[in-house]
Amino acid sequence: MMRVELTVNDEQHTADVEARTLLVHYLRETLGLRAANVGCDTTSCGACTVLLDGESVKSCTVLAVQANGRTVRTAEGLSSGGELHPVQAAFRQEHGLQCGFCAPGMVMATVGLLAEHPDPSEKAVREALEGNYCRCTGYHNIVRAVLAAARANAEGVAQ
Amino acid sequence: MIPAPFDYVVASSTDDAVALLVEHGDDAKLLAGGHSLLPMMKLRLAQPAVLIDIGAIRELSYIRVDGDMLAIGAMARHADLAASTLVHADAPLLAHSAGLVGDPQIRHRGTIGGSLSHADPAADLPMAVSALDATLVLLGPGGRREIGVDDFFVGFFDTALRADELLVEIRVPRRPSVGWGYEKFTRRANDWAIVGVATVAGRISLANMGSSPIRARASEQALAGGASVAEAAALADQDAAPGDDMHADVEYRRHLARVLTRRALTACDRCTSTKSSAPRTDSSPSTTTDTEPSSTK
Repeated sequence: MMRVELTVNDEQHTADVEARTLLVHYLRETLGLRAANVGCDTTSCGACTVLLDGESVKSCTVLAVQANGRTVRTAEGLSSGGELHPVQAAFRQEHGLQCGFCAPGMVMATVGLLAEHPDPSEKAVREALEGNYCRCTGYHNIVRAVLAAARANAEGVAQ
Repeated sequence: MIPAPFDYVVASSTDDAVALLVEHGDDAKLLAGGHSLLPMMKLRLAQPAVLIDIGAIRELSYIRVDGDMLAIGAMARHADLAASTLVHADAPLLAHSAGLVGDPQIRHRGTIGGSLSHADPAADLPMAVSALDATLVLLGPGGRREIGVDDFFVGFFDTALRADELLVEIRVPRRPSVGWGYEKFTRRANDWAIVGVATVAGRISLANMGSSPIRARASEQALAGGASVAEAAALADQDAAPGDDMHADVEYRRHLARVLTRRALTACDRCTSTKSSAPRTDSSPSTTTDTEPSSTK
């Protein structure tokens, strides 16, 4: 067993895990954070996307020990004080989900995208989400939601 | 899917990594970003007894100018290469190639050293560094040695790396104003190339047309001898030995190699004539079917 110390959603956690434990399993089973889903389990679908030190990664392809000493954010850690995060609010407003299975990964990929590129074009949004699959094929509303979130962020900055 | 059990050790430096490789030998695998190795371990296609994590070795993440070469640390990630103004300026083909690997999440984790050591013949970066005539720096218990990229890839997922060696640096000639072309044919976003072509400065390299990235030497020689783009591209598959799979049969791959080589060389001509080294953004896979190459020169 290996001792790992991670900061997850602003809280410090220490746990003993097998070295082969995947980050997504550590989040879901050890910490009980079930937003990140295991979809394809082969680094393709993006349902397990979380932020590692602020960057989007697929947590089914990261070992928990690789995240030792680092900072993780999941969809559970986005809202504060009962207020939805602007990206979550935009997904609700634009109905950027159907069954919802891909939504936590889409939202986290979007948060990562907007941190790197605050004002993406529609084409850039579609390219940036190439690692996130929506099997309901609800991409149009998802892209609208990302663009709406970018606008909301810009207005928030302007105010 | 969960990997088979393994022992996990963290290397604190490149020398430490080599010492751990010497200690554990063939039972050990190096873990960089893990985006080639971990999927194989989850499928139990790889079951190393020991994983040596080199992810903490920050000293290998550099991208810097070294005389007439660009020196890139093996732990530089695809996202780092794609965003680097140095790489865009001096080896734009490499920045373009790195930006096409997988998807943003994968590019946040995957490293150039990991991709080259993994040596997937269908991958972007092995083909790119082959076209760029890179030199690879390997560190072992006896010190550093340099090897040309043509001698590095020796077979299917196989390289000249010895069991106790670590790839530490990739050296790419700086060529800011030389034209280049890059074609990656996929059916879906996020896929490996069914066939890929990268060309720069008279070198042409192919992905997924053999057991490792290979040079289209017949085309290169034809171009050097004054042949037209169409004539040279028609020879692109001559030295290739592609396999067949559910994506494409051998004849289709050979056809794609010829067509994509013509497109890559044509794009390359254009960038030479305009002296532009700006990375092209339009790299979306095309499904148009070319028949016979038309004369373009």
